[in-house]
Amino acid sequence: MTNGKPAVRVKKLDRATLLTIIVIALVYVLAFVLEQVMPSTSMLFTVLKKGATYALVAVSMNLLNGFTGLFSLGQAGFMLIGAYTYAIFTIPVAQRLSVYQYYDGGLIQFSLPVLVAVALAGVFAALFAFLIGLPVLRLKSDYLAIATLGFAEIIRAIFQWDKIGLLTNGSNLLRLFPTFNDFNIRNAQGEVVLHLSTLVPFLITGVCVAFIVLLINSSFGRAFKAIRDDETAAEAMGINLARHKMLAFCTSSFFAGVGGAMLAMYANSVQAKSFTTAMTYEILLMVVIGGIGSITGSVMSSFLFVACSEWWLRFLDQEQVWNGWKVPLLRNGFRLVVFSVIIMAVVLFFRKGIMGTQELPDLFRKRRKLNGKEGGRS
Amino acid sequence: MSENVLHLENVTMQFGGVVAVNDVSMDVNEGEIVALIGPNGAGKTTVFNVITGVYAPTNGRVSLRGRVIAEDHPRGKMRKMYAAGHLGEYPRSVNNTPDRITRLNMARTFQNIRLFKSMTVFDNVLVAKHMHLKANFFSTALHLNAREERRMREETMELLRIVGLENECDEIATSLPYGQQRRLEIARALSTNPSMLLLDEPAAGMNPQETEDLSAFIREIKDRFGLTVLLIEHDMNLVMDISDRIYVLNFGALIAEGTPAEIQSNPDVITAYLGVAEE
Ligand SMILES: Nc1ncnc2c1ncn2[C@@H]1O[C@H](COP(=O)(O)OP(=O)(O)OP(=O)(O)O)[C@@H](O)[C@H]1O
Ligand SMILES: [Mg+2]
Repeated sequence: MTNGKPAVRVKKLDRATLLTIIVIALVYVLAFVLEQVMPSTSMLFTVLKKGATYALVAVSMNLLNGFTGLFSLGQAGFMLIGAYTYAIFTIPVAQRLSVYQYYDGGLIQFSLPVLVAVALAGVFAALFAFLIGLPVLRLKSDYLAIATLGFAEIIRAIFQWDKIGLLTNGSNLLRLFPTFNDFNIRNAQGEVVLHLSTLVPFLITGVCVAFIVLLINSSFGRAFKAIRDDETAAEAMGINLARHKMLAFCTSSFFAGVGGAMLAMYANSVQAKSFTTAMTYEILLMVVIGGIGSITGSVMSSFLFVACSEWWLRFLDQEQVWNGWKVPLLRNGFRLVVFSVIIMAVVLFFRKGIMGTQELPDLFRKRRKLNGKEGGRS
Repeated sequence: MSENVLHLENVTMQFGGVVAVNDVSMDVNEGEIVALIGPNGAGKTTVFNVITGVYAPTNGRVSLRGRVIAEDHPRGKMRKMYAAGHLGEYPRSVNNTPDRITRLNMARTFQNIRLFKSMTVFDNVLVAKHMHLKANFFSTALHLNAREERRMREETMELLRIVGLENECDEIATSLPYGQQRRLEIARALSTNPSMLLLDEPAAGMNPQETEDLSAFIREIKDRFGLTVLLIEHDMNLVMDISDRIYVLNFGALIAEGTPAEIQSNPDVITAYLGVAEE
């Protein structure tokens, strides 16, 4: 239904986009208010913090798998690098001796501001991606999955190696670095006067996801999608495949690294052995459930996924007795069974995930069309 | 005599034991429309793929406006299997990836349409402007190059208007009828600002009316954009109508070259074409 030259305009803020921005702003306000009024021990905040962390990682994976058509399975590896970078550079100097107790306080004897370390976490992850990408991105894309999977396994082993313990603390925990809770503002008595431990991860994820959304809607984003749709044609249109794949891979890994730093802040400690391949598969599941090629979908499914696995299905793990009747099956571990069944059902029956390739503004557009009141264009 | 644009010198392309292109030399001059014809499997598309850097030639040289864009000679196992001539005449090894060839102002279309299938008509043409992007990665991602983006969009819309697809600009590319998809592929190639255009069977799948329109369309864009055109085509009406010169390929080798009138009366060509079923 176009008349004339609508698409030529650089997209202005249309109503759907404006609505989207308002909805997102409301979510942030809600998160902020809830944190002030609800007890901070509520499961809700655990879910929101972890959800925000995974949302960023899932979106970064979607940028590569969904928008550029490159299949990478290195997410856990890049998160590990991000988490370690963050932890290593932010442990307060005074605490280093107790953290690196077997390594005489470790090699590094300074600490960086939190946000600088978060950015550095991304930079190091991107650097590793660059080094892997140099040989691998020239090959057919299947090799990338294998190479990144191998990289994640190897990096996990290397970081536990005690020869580099001066840096990584070997197989011991890294801890005592600033966490999400340290963003809370306290008064002189040490009481929290302003809760920010949920808002800050929301803000970090928000800024990063906003960048990715802008990137996808820019000329580079279009080039990525062209490569996904048809490499041969993209190359024939003057798009340098190696360079653009590298850009997508490094950008994706950068944000996986930032996500790793956030995971460290969420978990209060870092240990290489927790960054397993299973973690990558969980993230992949979030992307698939949300819809490959939908940022909105990845974000929503990350929160849903975390809420289900950490909170809503918890009761399945506890034996319960109703009116003297012991409910069958409810026992430790049953939660995971139910969870797996739900995931299988989603993957089987909603092939395109929750959102398909749609984004939040598209939902508003569709609603307006159904109302038959569409005045402008979509 | 006008200036030479594309020059092929003893180009041979051998896949294992199959000599798909056998010692082909040809020239395309400024402003010409040249056709490359031949029966199915004659090696026409392979010639395009060598010119555009998809394959490195087994032996021979390709130059664009005097600049060597591909040159190679058989090596390793291929040295023993090599079945064509002119060995040792092309000692250098020059390779360019397809994107670099396109940046040297030579664009192509594909025999089996290869549009970006999830993208709109508009974005298909717009993305071909990406290679001219001046802004760097960060300012592009942060949308700080609004003026450049606007200009790219305006040029895209202009191009869609010229090819008559402005009303379809928001449709998904692959939802268009076949004839329009072919037009869109040409528009997308034009979007890279080529001076040399390679068309691989642009009329394939078109009805007679569409084919007739296409012939006028190719002439129009040639004049408007100052193009030199090399096209592969099976539709003889189209070929005879618009070509200045014709090269005929059979079993990988050139068997004739000349004006449409010369080609139509060439006995070798008639045999080659009557040897296989006439289309
Ligand atoms: N990548 C390849 N590997 C092996 N053989 C190939 C390859 N590409 C082309 N060939 C062979 O080269 C020969 C010429 O193929 P080509 O596609 O160039 O023919 P064509 O003249 O374009 O035919 P058509 O009119 O059917 O499009 C065929 O025998 C084909 O099988
Ligand atoms: Mg062909």
